[in-house]
Amino acid sequence: MTERFHDIALTVNGEPVRERVDARKSLVDFLRDDLGLTGSHVGCEHGVCGACTVRLDGVIIRGCLTLAVQCDGARVDTIEGVSDTGEIADLQAAFQTRNALQCGFCTPGMLLTAQMLLARGGVPSREEIREHLSGNYCRCTGYHAIVDAVEAVARARAEGRP
Amino acid sequence: MKPAPFGYAKAKSLDHAIALLAEHADCRLLAGGQSLMATLNMRLSAPALLIDINALDDLGRISLDGDTLEIGALVRHAGAERSPEISRHAPLIALALPHIAHPAIRNRGTIGGSIAFADPAAELPACLLALGGEVAITNATGTRRVAADDFFTGLFETALGTGDILTAIHLPAARADSRYGFAELARRHGDYALVGLAASARAEGKHLKDVRLAFFGIDATPVRAHGAEAALERGEDAVAALARDLEPDGDIQVSAAAKRHLAGVLLGRVAKQLGEPRQLGEPRP
Repeated sequence: MTERFHDIALTVNGEPVRERVDARKSLVDFLRDDLGLTGSHVGCEHGVCGACTVRLDGVIIRGCLTLAVQCDGARVDTIEGVSDTGEIADLQAAFQTRNALQCGFCTPGMLLTAQMLLARGGVPSREEIREHLSGNYCRCTGYHAIVDAVEAVARARAEGRP
Repeated sequence: MKPAPFGYAKAKSLDHAIALLAEHADCRLLAGGQSLMATLNMRLSAPALLIDINALDDLGRISLDGDTLEIGALVRHAGAERSPEISRHAPLIALALPHIAHPAIRNRGTIGGSIAFADPAAELPACLLALGGEVAITNATGTRRVAADDFFTGLFETALGTGDILTAIHLPAARADSRYGFAELARRHGDYALVGLAASARAEGKHLKDVRLAFFGIDATPVRAHGAEAALERGEDAVAALARDLEPDGDIQVSAAAKRHLAGVLLGRVAKQLGEPRQLGEPRP
């Protein structure tokens, strides 16, 4: 089995998916082009910008540095799935309230990356939030509003507020 | 950009991977892929076949054998960060890990991949050198160990040859008298270092011995600073000695003169760390 094309079966946002993929196709291109899930964005295509961030078997990864063919048997969650389940509804609301997005290109990756930090519980310092988000570029906001939103959600969750 | 077309094979065992390597001349091993995929996407490399070794669970273990800590090549950065064994027995690695890239990359990137790729500005190759560790390599004819001092041979070049797989690194486990230091300067948290320094030593009374200083981001490989090491052991001015050890190349971000200055600044910080007893940290959540 050293061929270029491979059949893969995986779970994307809870739905079973079977497709035949070219080995060179990245996970993010597969999600966007083959499955029509265009919430994950393609920015730099070499792992620097974070716009393609998705979850693979529960942990965030770069969608541009993982091949679709490697995801045979895996569970992939994208911004569409995480939005639908309501898992990050509070974080999305905080981004909107605090103007933590302008063009929105980085936002799906930013949300998934922030949710990883928030899921640990507790209230991280602003420095910890900045460090955690350092692999996700935003060219609009200057980051302050994003850090504000993540910090506000961390406090709200820690206090049990909705 | 998109990578040039390639074939893909998922190795089912180490023997299978070695057989695939022997059969296909123009191939690359795919572990975490966090450097390889970027080079393929930029078409700096265009192999005919990728051999995916991610299913080789035997390469994902961390174990203590006597006074040596073995870290399997497929241990991911995130797994290493959470490892109590690494915190306890290889605190220098634990100090370096938070500086490496970003959470999404640490979830995927592997220890073995970082060593094998041998980026001259990367943290782990310098840590391996500072610890005087060894690299375990397997191929069709057998297994061998290569000392860190002999492993990094040039820019992105190592002792790994055709048909070789890096299976693990072996590090001397920390002792009560072990001392470690780590510092780096980067423009953005998680970026490759402009200049960095990993160091180990042993404390003997108020003195240090067996000092190993490994600078990264300075030359084509991580480099020892033998003059500064000897100066630290004698209690002399190590920063002055450093001037004769390093011949930094300037790059697009920093001139050679600035790198030389920054290396001295980092040495000052790391020398201070080496003088202090080790604080055993807990792994990050």
